[in-house]
Order: sequence, then structure tokens, then C-alpha cells
Amino acid sequence: MSALVLEVEGLTKHFTRSSGVFRKTTSVVRAVDGVSFSLRRGETLALVGESGCGKSTTARLALRLIEPTAGAIHFEGSDISDLQGAPMRKLRRRMQIVFQDPFASLNPRMRVGAILEEPLILHGLGDAAARKARVAELLGLVGLSPLHAMRYPHEFSGGQRQRIGIARALAVEPSLVVLDEPVSALDVSIQAQVVNLLKDIQARMGLAYLFIAHDLAVVKHMADHVAVMYLGRMVEIAPKDALFATPRHPYTRLLLSAIPRPDPQRAREAVPVGELPSPLFPPTGCHFHPRCPYASELCRVEAPALVDGVACHHAEELPAFCAEVASPVDPRAAKRIALYAAKRG
Amino acid sequence: MAEAELLSITGLRTQFPSDSGPLSVVDGVSLNLARGQTLAVVGESGCGKSMLSLSIMRLVPRPGRIAEGQIRFDGVDLASLSDREMRAIRGNRIGMVFQEPMTSLNPSFTVGDQITEAMRAHDKRASKAALVTRAVAALDRVRIPSAARRLDDYPHQMSGGMRQRVMIAMALSCDPDLLIADEPTTALDVTVQAQILDLIRALQAESGMAVLLVTHDLGVVAEAADMVAVMYAGRVVEQARVSDVFSDPQHPYTLGLLGSIPRLEEDRARLLAIEGAVPPPSLLPQGCRFNPRCVFASDLCRVQQPMLRELGAGHGVACHHAPVENLGVAA
Repeated sequence: MSALVLEVEGLTKHFTRSSGVFRKTTSVVRAVDGVSFSLRRGETLALVGESGCGKSTTARLALRLIEPTAGAIHFEGSDISDLQGAPMRKLRRRMQIVFQDPFASLNPRMRVGAILEEPLILHGLGDAAARKARVAELLGLVGLSPLHAMRYPHEFSGGQRQRIGIARALAVEPSLVVLDEPVSALDVSIQAQVVNLLKDIQARMGLAYLFIAHDLAVVKHMADHVAVMYLGRMVEIAPKDALFATPRHPYTRLLLSAIPRPDPQRAREAVPVGELPSPLFPPTGCHFHPRCPYASELCRVEAPALVDGVACHHAEELPAFCAEVASPVDPRAAKRIALYAAKRG
Repeated sequence: MAEAELLSITGLRTQFPSDSGPLSVVDGVSLNLARGQTLAVVGESGCGKSMLSLSIMRLVPRPGRIAEGQIRFDGVDLASLSDREMRAIRGNRIGMVFQEPMTSLNPSFTVGDQITEAMRAHDKRASKAALVTRAVAALDRVRIPSAARRLDDYPHQMSGGMRQRVMIAMALSCDPDLLIADEPTTALDVTVQAQILDLIRALQAESGMAVLLVTHDLGVVAEAADMVAVMYAGRVVEQARVSDVFSDPQHPYTLGLLGSIPRLEEDRARLLAIEGAVPPPSLLPQGCRFNPRCVFASDLCRVQQPMLRELGAGHGVACHHAPVENLGVAA
């Protein structure tokens, strides 16, 4: 069963800035501008793009943590765009979020047990004994010991704190979890542990993940579908393999070519990536045109619609993109790594 | 070859006092770096890589101190200089860029004030106008558009990539012989990261400065470094040319690090995580410090600490079982 968990359509958020005596609106930032996507049970949709492209805002809109200016949000089959008060709070149980910074997102004065128990109390789940058992179960689920419930967040490393953040999100049995850069603050080796954990939990519980990330290698590893955002608009959305093998939007290509990769001759040409324009004064037409090598007159005046997964006037005419990625790890080394893995079991 | 070394560290030990005696956060590290070269220092948080770079700058926070060893920089032992002598070198002949561009700039002064202040520290007699001209040139050099106008900006008015460029401009304003870059691109988007790495490389080609790059991103290492030192719990466990690290990795920790990076060109169901975490300096295990996390650990590893041995030209490994062929791991 591949039930739709989340479906958003035309999601839009305008932040207005006002000044003067009468607080007249002087400028509008279109942080999210007509974004649509859907997410099924057990699937991961990654939102990628540079800082300020609106990916975090999109996720928060989908959870109704901020109010959308326009657009519809369907969650588990029902329209929650205008849901308020108690019914909305009840639904929140089904949608949770894991934040980027494991140091800032846990209350330093609460013991881990209390941190994990709090959502259970808020949603009125179980009596004291049941909650205690659930806390122990959650700690086990994320690879910590039930004894850790007595400790404070500062006693844990970054990776362990992120596990606590994940356990907290899972406490109330959500069906949708927003992962907002969950591994960006962690070391590579710890990153791998947390990524593996997230995948295991998803496989076991059939969670839908909305995964926000800027590391495309992690995205490739985690996601089923990838949506690329640029200055509030979605410019490309595609199944992961298609996006990495045949990126169709020039911006997606730019992101892929900016990934550091080794070149034995050190001959990689400097990528002319340009600057992200201010979202207060986005370029006319296609927002990407000032940075785009293929931009035409049309691109300067008319914003392209997202058709067939890509928002580009010239998507059909672009030259083939060589997405070939030379591995930094040589086959001999890869073999050793494989044996190392085998030895570990 | 030896005379070309700009920086030559031998047996560096940096310690912090504790109730149970001094703890070594950098423990017997020896490294060399030649002019025009880039040495990447990699490892997980807590492996001592940032303490190593702070030691070179003589900026180890108190009560930590350099307890032993030499840091020869262009023939002078930095470890034995007075604070005053060190100040003349720091920021002048050695520049430093930190990870977080927001916290390394003072939010209440304009970017121009901060750059000229740094220049003033090493050139007391220059006129204000001359310093401003030099500051504009410094920003131009790091490809900041309309540099003269950006001088009046406060840090919060700039993007992360711009702020990091300002930091690099400050670090480079005195034409250092050595640039120490501690995770210079970690907080940045990939596009900006590519720009910063290209920029450092171009400036390096221009001036022949040496770069000590502290990072945990092996993609950045592969792209930017000539030499690599892998650190674990305060010690260098493997040291090699960058091509050797990716073709002939020897230390199990290096294998683990390489296995834990998600890579674009391959699909693997699970990443090879190294279980556990770097032990704090107060809880170092007996023997090889990596042994509790190592899949190849033997009894010998649990009692005796391995020394860094040279396996090939410029390729050193601190593992009792090196070369890896001895472990039944095919070459």
C-alpha cells in the first residue's frame, strides 16, 4: 500500500516587511512560491537548494508551523489547510520534526527521560508506567540504553543527541517526519550511523520523510525523490536516480557540478557558480536567468511553469550533461573497505 | 627536499591539566609542509585537529599549553617564541580562517573597520587612506563584487559565503606564507564551497603560500590537498600523499572514514559507520587508541601503542598490522 501521507499544492508564503507610521507594506519576500509535491508512506522526498531557497520554510508550512499565504495541504487524506485549535493539535501527533542542531534543540535542564516523555504527556498517551516503558523502548530503538534516561543532554555527544532528537520525534508514532538537515552538524562517521538509523527506522515503521539537506551525496543515499528549489520556487522534481543521472534544470546541473570531487590532474575548471540574488529583489522572469548559461530573452521576462518535473523554458534543448562522477576511492581501496565491512559483519 | 619545508612540526604535545594529571590533546605529532603545498588534516571531532592548528598559531586556550616539541616555521621554532615575537608572525606571516564566519567577525563594526584594524596591527605607520585602499584591494582579490562599497557593510548584511571571503581576505591581507584554514567551507552551500576552494587554490598558485587545511570532508580533501594526515585521539595514524590515501589506504581508521562517506557514484544499502566515538583524552584506552573501535584489533593492539612507520615513500602508518595485506585484506 502506498498511501499518500502528504500532498501540498500551490503552497505559497509571502513575508511582508512594513515601515512608516501606518505600517504600510513596503516589500514582500516570496519565500515559497507555488510549491507542489506529494509524499507516500515509506518514502523520502528530499528538498535541496542553497541557503535561503525556502526549503525549511516549505517544510514548516507543510506542518502548519507557519501559516501559508496560499495553497492547500492534504495530510493523510484530509484537507488541513484551515484546520485550527484542538483538531490540529491532535493531528500534530502524526507529524514530527527533527532539527539540525542537536545542541540547541534539547532543553539542557531536562533529563533525557523527561524530554522523551513530554510529547507523550502532551498528547495524553498512556499512564506513568506505560510512558516509562515507552521511553525505554524509544531509547533502545535509536541505539541508546534505557539507563540514559537519567542523564542530561550535555552528557551526550552530537551523534547521541541527534539520536535523542529522533527518539523524541518518534515518541508519538508519527507517519510523517520532517528531517531538517539532521546530519549536517555531525562528523562523517557519526553521520553514517545516524543515516543508517534513519533508514532502518523508516523501513521498520513505514515513515514518510521530508528530508531537507544540502549535501547531495547524503541526499542520494537517503531519498527516493528529490525536489530542487531556487528562490522559493521548485525548479525540478524527479526520482532520485533520474535526477542524478540526467539532471534537466541548469540549476540542478550547477549544484551537481559544484560538488568537490577529486581530479588526478587537478584540472577541474573553476565552476562559475555566480551569486544567489537577494530574495527581496528576485530577478524577473525565471529567477535563475542571471546565473544561467542558457538564458534567453524569454527567460528574462517569463517565469517558466513546472512541466513534467522541470521548470525551464529550454529544458528540451539543453546539451547532454555528463554526470559521470569519478570516484575519489580507487577500486583497490574500495575492495579493502568492502573487506573491512565484511569483517565487521 | 628538506630545505623546501616551510613548516616542520616534530613531536608536538599539547596538554591540558586535570585532576588526574596532564591530558594530551595533541600527542606526539610530527608533520611537514612545503611552500605551495596543501596539507589536509582529517579526523572526527575530538581527534585533536583543531588543537593542532591552534598550537601552531600559539592560540591554545588556557590552561592548555604546548608541553613538548618543536614547530619550526621558516627556520624559527614558534614554540619557543615570546608572546610578543609570536604576535608579529601571527596574522602577518601565518593567516588563519575559522569555520564560522559569523562568530569570527565582530557584529558591531563594519567589515572595512575590521580589515583595516588587522592591517594596522602589523603596520602602525600606514595612513588611514592607504589602509582603506589596501582593504579594497584585499576584497577585490577574493572576488567580492563592488569591494569599495562593501567596506561599509556590517557582517550581518553579508551572506555566509561573503563573510567567509572577508575572513579569507583578512587572513591574506598581509601575504602570509602559511594559511591555516580550519573547516573553511563546512558551514557553506556546495556552490559557495566550490568558489572558496577555487579561490584558495588560485591565490595559492599566485603567491606560493602553503595551506594547512583542517577538514572532515574527504571530498574537499580529495580535491584540494596534496598531502593528508589522518588524526585519531591526538595522534597521526596515517600520513600520505592524497592519491595514496584514496588508492592505498592502510590504517583501519582511514578505511572506516572512507567507508562512511556517502558517495555519489555508488549505491549502497548501508553506510559503513565506525561504531562508537573518539574517546576523550581522559579515557584513552590501553594500547592502540583505535583498538576498541577496530575490527582487526588483536591482543597486541590492546597493550602496545603502535608507532608511525614508513611503508613507502612519504606514506606512514601507525598500525601493528600494517601493511593491510597482513590482515588477509587483499591488496
